[in-house]
Amino acid sequence: MTGVRVATTPGGLHVRDPRRRSRVAVAGLAVAALLLALVALGLGDYPLGVPEVVRALVSDQGFASTIVTQWRLPRVLVALVFGAALAVSGALFQSLTRNPLGSPDVIGFATGSYTGVLVVTTVLGTGTLGVSAGALVAGLLTALVVYLLAYRDGVQGFRLIVVGIGVTGMLHGVNVWLLLRAKTEVALAASIWGAGSISLVGWSQALPALAVLAVLTPLVWAVRGPLRQLELGDDAAGSHGLRVEASRLAVVVLGVALIATVTATAGPIAFVALAAPQIARRLAGSAGLPLVASALTGALVLLAADLLAQHVLPTALPVGVVTVVLGGAYLLALIVQEARRRW
Amino acid sequence: MSAVGAPHPAAVRPTTSTTARRGTALVLLLVLLVAALALSLAVGSRPVGLSTVWGALTGGDVPAADHAAVVGLRLPRTVLAVLVGAGLAVAGGLMQALTRNPLADPGLLGVTSGAAFAVAMGVVLLGVTRPSGYVWFAFGGALLATVVVYLVGSAGRSNAGPIQLTLAGVALSAVLTGVVGALRLTDQERFAVLLTWESGSFQARGWDVVLPVLPFVLLGLVVAGLVAGALNTLGLGEDLATALGASVGRTRVLAVVAITLLAGGATAMAGPITLVGLMVPHIVRWLVGPDQRWILGLSAVAGPVLVLLADVAARVLLWPGELPVGVVTAFVGAPVLIALVRRRKATGL
Repeated sequence: MTGVRVATTPGGLHVRDPRRRSRVAVAGLAVAALLLALVALGLGDYPLGVPEVVRALVSDQGFASTIVTQWRLPRVLVALVFGAALAVSGALFQSLTRNPLGSPDVIGFATGSYTGVLVVTTVLGTGTLGVSAGALVAGLLTALVVYLLAYRDGVQGFRLIVVGIGVTGMLHGVNVWLLLRAKTEVALAASIWGAGSISLVGWSQALPALAVLAVLTPLVWAVRGPLRQLELGDDAAGSHGLRVEASRLAVVVLGVALIATVTATAGPIAFVALAAPQIARRLAGSAGLPLVASALTGALVLLAADLLAQHVLPTALPVGVVTVVLGGAYLLALIVQEARRRW
Repeated sequence: MSAVGAPHPAAVRPTTSTTARRGTALVLLLVLLVAALALSLAVGSRPVGLSTVWGALTGGDVPAADHAAVVGLRLPRTVLAVLVGAGLAVAGGLMQALTRNPLADPGLLGVTSGAAFAVAMGVVLLGVTRPSGYVWFAFGGALLATVVVYLVGSAGRSNAGPIQLTLAGVALSAVLTGVVGALRLTDQERFAVLLTWESGSFQARGWDVVLPVLPFVLLGLVVAGLVAGALNTLGLGEDLATALGASVGRTRVLAVVAITLLAGGATAMAGPITLVGLMVPHIVRWLVGPDQRWILGLSAVAGPVLVLLADVAARVLLWPGELPVGVVTAFVGAPVLIALVRRRKATGL
């Protein structure tokens, strides 16, 4: 297995039939996600087996159906869809920066979205729509600021990341300041959100976010051609008649929109965007970052992390705490592996 | 650095001007330090005039409330800020010299979060609540994090590159902070004790916090002074340093010991405060040139100036409440970090 490459188009694995392997990987991931979802729908204070869950889903089984479709389904669905959205966002950014570390959470867009949410809730005090708008606008602004500050005869991956770390540091300061000057109950609610949790998501919170992501999906699908060309480098893409800067901007906006939608609803869920695309690339054995396999991997990872947070650990925790620990450990491993390969 | 052979007039002149520059920098920083100390004692929710500050310190006849504010609250807080500033700045300078990484900083490379993590563990698992107790956890965590980041960063055959080390630190910090976050959510009662500490604040910390740590930070400064000269030699490259008879291994071990004492001690007192260790050595290096003895020496003066001024700003900005001082230093430090990576050659070591 080849290592991860920085600043080059990933060369991929040498498999006899990469397309076949990719299809097998996608099918396997989809089946795994489906099975895990059925298991997740059965877990809880009122445990149900997989057959019972299926029956409760397809026909009205009274109380069991209420539990499955009203209590557990929103959370499971949100875990799957948000995981997919985070992973695709990560794949878009990593393709664009041609760097496995060029992920929105390393660069700090989630912190920016958090700042937006805090401004909206603690200063303006508006409703759900305002929170989403705040997360989106602030996420985009952070992206823009990081990009501009890192720009110097083009954007180099390392500079982008360190500038991201710096901007994240400042935004974190702003966030602390906003929390300190807010009323206690507002600050408490906001900081629970800040841990990154999907435990309080019901249908009323899930549906708007799912609708937005449904609108974004075909747009992401539309930029995947230009994205492949951008991966070849600006010159090659330009010579194929691609409008390089416009395409890049479209990819950035879509990537930020995906992660901001998730952040607005669930809070910052770290490192899924970083890890999922790279895991997917290894599984699918593809040259570029495969969007479908990434999405499925992200769905599987976030659902598994949420199950871990909810049922395995002694106390139920926000899923963001679990992904931070798992993802951070993955990032460490990535750096060690990168070092081995390069020297 | 200088040409070998007969001294050329042009080669001598920079030396004299460097000496003058160093002297000027030292005097300037000392003046700033006195001013920052005065501000730190005078400014607060109960402003006190400078003559009253002097009176309170020298046992003069001042109102009891002023005396309590200056001697009881602000004097230990000021000493704390001086120790934290000197500790973090010198630790940062040592890390930059040791790893030859211009972006090295105890906060950025995960040393402070290592200390914070160990303290949290001590609180949750062993029920330690007194600063004199959790100092040891802070040292242990700082040492462990320093070693881990160094090993990860140098996992390849060659020296650790800046990006690798920085990312290793960020990743380690993320993991440790995540675990601390989880612990906080599971054991909120015990964590109420640590909440102010965790945000990097100097609020409500008296002599009971400062005195147990004081000897360790002073020891760290002494060790840093002892290895400063050897770090100059190490800066020439490992092979050349060995050829010149320097003990590379001993220098590294002593430097790691000093970093642990300084960064661990500062974190034990104040909680995680980032970017002080990054900024100060760069500013000092720009003032006095590449000699580690001068860089580390003046960092021990400039660090306290920066932290004292940041602490005064933290008291004023959210009047009548206050900001954690770590927020202020992050705000001052982040632009420095960004400016450093925007420079074409971000080494300058």
